[in-house]
Amino acid sequence: MKEAYKETTRYGMVIDLDKCTGCGTCMVACMAENNISFKEDETNKLDSITWMRVYKITNGRPYPNTEICYIPRPCMHCEGSHGHPAPCVSVCPATATDQDPKTGIVSQIYTRCFGCRYCMAACPYHARYFNWWDPVWPGEMEKYLNPDVSPRMRGVVEKCSFCHHRLQRAKNKAYLEGRREIREDEYIPACAQACPANAITFGDLNNPEHKVYKLKKSPYAFRLLERLGTNPKVYYLSRKGWVRRAADN
Amino acid sequence: MSKQEEKKDGEGLDSTSDSKYSSDKVGIALFFVGFGIALFIGWVIFPKLLYSQKKQPLDFNHSTHLEVVDNGCEDCHYFREDGSFSGVPRLATCAECHEEAQGESSEEATLITKYIEPEKEIPWLIYSKQPDCVFFSHAAHVKMAKIECKTCHGAKGESDHLPVYEYNRITGYSRDIWGRSISGIKRNSWDSMKMDDCAECHRKNGVNNACFVCHK
Repeated sequence: MKEAYKETTRYGMVIDLDKCTGCGTCMVACMAENNISFKEDETNKLDSITWMRVYKITNGRPYPNTEICYIPRPCMHCEGSHGHPAPCVSVCPATATDQDPKTGIVSQIYTRCFGCRYCMAACPYHARYFNWWDPVWPGEMEKYLNPDVSPRMRGVVEKCSFCHHRLQRAKNKAYLEGRREIREDEYIPACAQACPANAITFGDLNNPEHKVYKLKKSPYAFRLLERLGTNPKVYYLSRKGWVRRAADN
Repeated sequence: MSKQEEKKDGEGLDSTSDSKYSSDKVGIALFFVGFGIALFIGWVIFPKLLYSQKKQPLDFNHSTHLEVVDNGCEDCHYFREDGSFSGVPRLATCAECHEEAQGESSEEATLITKYIEPEKEIPWLIYSKQPDCVFFSHAAHVKMAKIECKTCHGAKGESDHLPVYEYNRITGYSRDIWGRSISGIKRNSWDSMKMDDCAECHRKNGVNNACFVCHK
């Protein structure tokens, strides 16, 4: 079982928090890439859909010792532990979300979801969002939609897919060239590609030749809420002790 | 109930039980008539109401085209360099040969005057168009698995005319997705193109059946 796990691909992300400036480019890139619509008034952030969301934390100390850290939070694509899948996968009554055994990516199938939001309650990272309205794109903005990502309807849950359509696209090209292997640089999510600080690294966590393999073994690497046993595939790096402690491990 | 009644009545079969027997008969007959009507509505009338027909903008003869091209289907339905599939060819592909009329037929005249000369794309209706949430890789099936076009699309390449395009009035999807048979019984692999059809073949061949393999 353990060996089989090691042989398969496990796509994951390593985000260097010491490089992140909190600019929010990853959020914008994600929204544009994944056809996320917006409301006329976006001031109520509880309703906003942000597959990738940058959180801000501080060390809580007064000036001049104040320090700030920004934490970009995509879906963690939890691997689960002890034979249990990700929290969202195990609670879904409609099997609208599953984990691909070949890639480790946790899916969300909008046409199957009936909007009970049990997965949102189960997700300890608040990575899932509910569509309270049908999406609206003003004027000719519909022409800017990404044809590789299906827009969602009112009443379903959505979340980060690690830009799975980019993997599908990369696979298409590889198949045409008679390959089954996807190279490291062929499949990168939009957030990782857009980050101007190169803080986000993406690749196969099980492949020793990929950058993420080495990065996740760094002594400064940690994951959010590790003690819950969700076994996330998004790692963070920070040399600051208070940041690592804030991850609540 | 009738047995009890018979016991009560004793030996004689009187006229009341006779009329009861005949009214039972009428009841059964009525039931079957109703059942027949229901079946007829469900299997004949409803499918007629459910599907609406549309005519293609032009007729197209696949078999004549297949005779003139060198690489079979892939001559017009080709793969792009990035691995995506071109699907139904655009006008430019038609114009390569049809810059001027190739014959005298009225369809040919329509093609030239209505589409080629004003450089207007032909609004073909696509029989195998899947819902928006579906991802399908032609490269994976045609290039890697070496599946023939016919396995899913049927013998379209040998047809002389385009069939009438039918679509579901409720969903708007082409009838070819559910298939011609309302009962959903398949005789050939190309009879329908539902999720179950994809999953069945994936299961048989031991291919990954996770949601994201075919969904986007």
